[in-house]
Amino acid sequence: MEQTTPGTVATSAERGYDIDIVKMFFTATVVWAIVGMLVGVIIAVQLAWWPANLGLPWTTFGRLRPLHTNAVIFAFGGNVVFTGIYHSMQRLLKTRMFSDTLSRIHFWGWQGIIVLAALTLPLGMTQSKEYAELIWPIDVLITVVWVVFAVNFFGTIARRKVQHLYVAIWFYMSFVITIAVLHIVNSLAIPATLFRSYPIYAGLTDALVQWWYGHNAVGFFLTTPFLGLMYYYLPRAAERPVYSYRLSIIHFWALVFLYIWAGPHHLLYSALPDWAQTLGMVFSVVLIAPSWGGMLNGLLTLKGAWDRVRTDPILKFMVVAVSFYGMSTFEGPMMSIRAVNALAHYTNWVIGHVHSGALGWVGMISFGMMYWMVQNIWKRPLAYPSWASHHFWLATIGIVLYTVSMWAAGLMEGLQWRALNDAGQLANPIFMDITQRLDPFLWLRVIGGGMYLVGAVMMAVNFWQTIRGPGSAAAEPVAVGAD
Amino acid sequence: MSNEHKQSDKAYGRFHRRVLEGRAAVFAIVTTVAISIGGLVELIPMFTATSSLSWQRADWVTPYTPLEVAGRDIYIREGCYLCHSQMIRPMRSEILRYGEWTRAAEYQYDRPFLLGSRRLGPDLQRVGSKYPDAWHYEHMRDPRSTSPGSVMPPYDWLIEAKIDPEDVTKSVAALSRAGTPYASTEPASVATALQAQGQEIVGSLSTAGITAEWDDEIVALIAYLQRLGVEGRAHLAAEGGEQ
Repeated sequence: MEQTTPGTVATSAERGYDIDIVKMFFTATVVWAIVGMLVGVIIAVQLAWWPANLGLPWTTFGRLRPLHTNAVIFAFGGNVVFTGIYHSMQRLLKTRMFSDTLSRIHFWGWQGIIVLAALTLPLGMTQSKEYAELIWPIDVLITVVWVVFAVNFFGTIARRKVQHLYVAIWFYMSFVITIAVLHIVNSLAIPATLFRSYPIYAGLTDALVQWWYGHNAVGFFLTTPFLGLMYYYLPRAAERPVYSYRLSIIHFWALVFLYIWAGPHHLLYSALPDWAQTLGMVFSVVLIAPSWGGMLNGLLTLKGAWDRVRTDPILKFMVVAVSFYGMSTFEGPMMSIRAVNALAHYTNWVIGHVHSGALGWVGMISFGMMYWMVQNIWKRPLAYPSWASHHFWLATIGIVLYTVSMWAAGLMEGLQWRALNDAGQLANPIFMDITQRLDPFLWLRVIGGGMYLVGAVMMAVNFWQTIRGPGSAAAEPVAVGAD
Repeated sequence: MSNEHKQSDKAYGRFHRRVLEGRAAVFAIVTTVAISIGGLVELIPMFTATSSLSWQRADWVTPYTPLEVAGRDIYIREGCYLCHSQMIRPMRSEILRYGEWTRAAEYQYDRPFLLGSRRLGPDLQRVGSKYPDAWHYEHMRDPRSTSPGSVMPPYDWLIEAKIDPEDVTKSVAALSRAGTPYASTEPASVATALQAQGQEIVGSLSTAGITAEWDDEIVALIAYLQRLGVEGRAHLAAEGGEQ
């Protein structure tokens, strides 16, 4: 199991690894993180104060919201996962990537897709399916770039110098395979013009295909690859072996098998047949087990390193990330139970849930990895170590403000929408009355999200200064084991 | 890895490591199978056997007219579905607020579906004929003129912008290829249909003192909004509804 705590003998260059591609994806990650989160804060302001829509077609909430989700999921999330995959898989498999050319086509292709998304979405060019909004020519481009990535990925595995595939690689593999399947099936459409198409599915069939895609985009774009990152970078940062290999096997197979069934919980109380709704609900609840398997394996890996969690910001980010993973994978199944969903669906509670996963799990595990990586691949100590701690606290408090305000707003909306008076009539017949009561919570959300963004900007400045700073091969990173 | 963990994993895992974790191709294939089962079980019944599709079909729902298609495309372009759902749930509070719960067949010509996932504003699945055409016109121009306190941004550019009959024809033709039954997808007949339905709305707007033209985007959007849920409401009322 030497892969669990890879050796620290030779440098990357000596081993012949492609470190430049890692630096490219790393840089792109930082840029898109700021862009995506900034758009998020802007649309949060728009919901609290409508004049922030600016009176222009391309800056309204309806057009910027998909820009926000696509930027944070595919631009920030995608690039950070690729950074981690290109960095860790060369080390885990003890080989250079299969093809430098394919690596670069993947990088520039992906950035090109993001730029096209940033141009088309504000122009109102959309397929309307959440997280699959991009118009069909971009969908084709995504497929091509994904195939390039997959060839590079499996080519690297084929020429690996170690036989055994470490846990992180399994999770990456499930990501590469499943996203391809989801993207192709959900994007099948008949073009009307270059910018517009109509899906081959109609009505509730289209809705079910979309939420099979949508839920598993969360599962296989925002969960499994990030678990892969956790399995590589948490042990590296903590200098501890993964707690249980057996647990990782069990929770991996359970997770990838069960996750795919959960999509219909997005359509509870629709006219979708009951059997499909029930399958979605039951599998969502069962998903707690493998999700918590991952959480426990992450947290228990810190056994013997808890003293360092108090002082090391990298470990702090990772511990909070794994904790939020545990919380949101408990909350999600609860919200999938019909009776709870009846209250939560359509409300801000769902937005709070998504962000406890996105800001808490995805964001924090990424930040932890990046603070570790910037010192390891640029071989420099962090320019402002204390800023990393400030970032951690800004982000953590920001998430708490965000999620708590959305929980409160969601519960309030849900309860007031359905409240009946003694006569059995609606207690709040005017929809607008309820909307207006949300105001304080919406501003609290702006503050929470704003704090999270400020933290990310501090991280970017810190990285910039670190990378520009005086490099010295002798400067041992404050983090663990140089490689 | 520490010794204690080596011990705990020793008895276990040999088989796994040899058969799965050591063989990438086998691992990839097993993963593909594992992630496929749930999707196949849930999705295939949606496509096969006409009997299972019948729950999504009804003859009391008609396809969107060309003008409604144009309006629906505007609804999609502006991201209306991000704040307005189109799915009334079978609960007393929802039926009181929005009307009869939404039946599957009412979506049968929806490509893409627009159920939505969030209600920043009210559900629109049965908004059709709830308000006069002029109300929608004013609401798009200045949402707070009809709905004080609304957080919706104005969509006044819809008043200036025009639909392009040629473009709408391409949409209708693509929908027809996807399986929506249209009597004709000829440019001339689509243009005639657009103009005829547009003129009706222009006429109703003029009674409220509003000047519009049949090819204004706002007219197409009103056409779409005013048909939402109307056929279902009429059918379910005739049936006596089911609570």
